[in-house]
Amino acid sequence: MNIETYSLILSALLFAIGTAGVLLRRNAIIIFMCIELMLNAVNLTLVVFSRSLGIEAQVFVFFVMAVAAAEAAVGLAIIIAIFRHYELVDVDRFNLLKW
Amino acid sequence: MIADFFFVLFAVMAIGGAISMVLARNPVASLLYLVVAFFALSGTFVLLDAHFIAAVNLIVYAGAIMVLFLFVIMLLNLGRSEKVDLRGPLNRIVAITVAGAFFALLFVALSAGSQTEMAGGMGQATVDAMLQSRGAVGVVADPMFRSYLVPFEITSLLLLAAIVGAIVLARRRAP
Repeated sequence: MNIETYSLILSALLFAIGTAGVLLRRNAIIIFMCIELMLNAVNLTLVVFSRSLGIEAQVFVFFVMAVAAAEAAVGLAIIIAIFRHYELVDVDRFNLLKW
Repeated sequence: MIADFFFVLFAVMAIGGAISMVLARNPVASLLYLVVAFFALSGTFVLLDAHFIAAVNLIVYAGAIMVLFLFVIMLLNLGRSEKVDLRGPLNRIVAITVAGAFFALLFVALSAGSQTEMAGGMGQATVDAMLQSRGAVGVVADPMFRSYLVPFEITSLLLLAAIVGAIVLARRRAP
C-alpha cells in the first residue's frame, strides 16, 4: 500500500461524507458546500491518476475548478433570489415544483 | 517516513473538517471547517507532486470561492447558530446508508482501477523527471495550451455566461 492507494480511499471517503451532507442538511448553502467538497474529492482522484495515466489529468482538475466556480456563482445567485421571496434558505420549504 | 506522517495528518484534517462541516450548527463555522478540509487536500496534492494544482486549489477554492460563500452568508444574515437543521431519524438512516453504499461502490471501483492502472503507469522516477525538465507549472501548462486549447477557451465562455447569469439572477427587480 502506498500514498496513492490511501489517497483514493480518502477521496472516496470525502465524497461519501459530501453525499451524506447533501442528504442530511436542510440549509441550502451548506448543501452547496457539500457539493464543493464532493468536487474536490473528485479532484483528488484525478490528481492520483495523473501520476500513472498521464499528467493531462491535472488539466481536467482546472476545468473542474472552473465549473465549480461558475456553479457556485450561479447557485448562490439563485439562493439570493429565493431568499428575497421566502426569507429563508430551507430546502424543504421550496416545494412549489414538488409533486 | 516523513511523507507518510504528513499524509496521515492531512487525511485526518480533511476527514475531520468534512465531518465537522456536515454537523456544525453555525453556517460560518461550517464554512471554516470546509476551508480546513480544502487546506488539508491541498497538502495532499503537494504530497502527490501536483504543486501547481495545490497552489491553485488554495487560491481559487479555499480563497475565492469560500469568500463568495461567506459573503452570501453575511449578506443573507445567516451567520448565527440556530437549531440544528439535520433531518429526522428516518432520513438520517437513509442518508448514512446511501453514503455508505456510495463509499463501498467507490472503494471497489477505485481499488480495481488502482491495481490495473498503477501497474502499467509511469513510476515515481518518470514523474520526477517530468517535474525536473518542465517545472511544476509547465507540466500542467504544456498539455493545457497544446492539446486542450479549445476546451480551455470554452471554459472562458462558461465563466462569462456564469457572470452574466449571476448578475441577472441576483439583480433586484426594477421598481
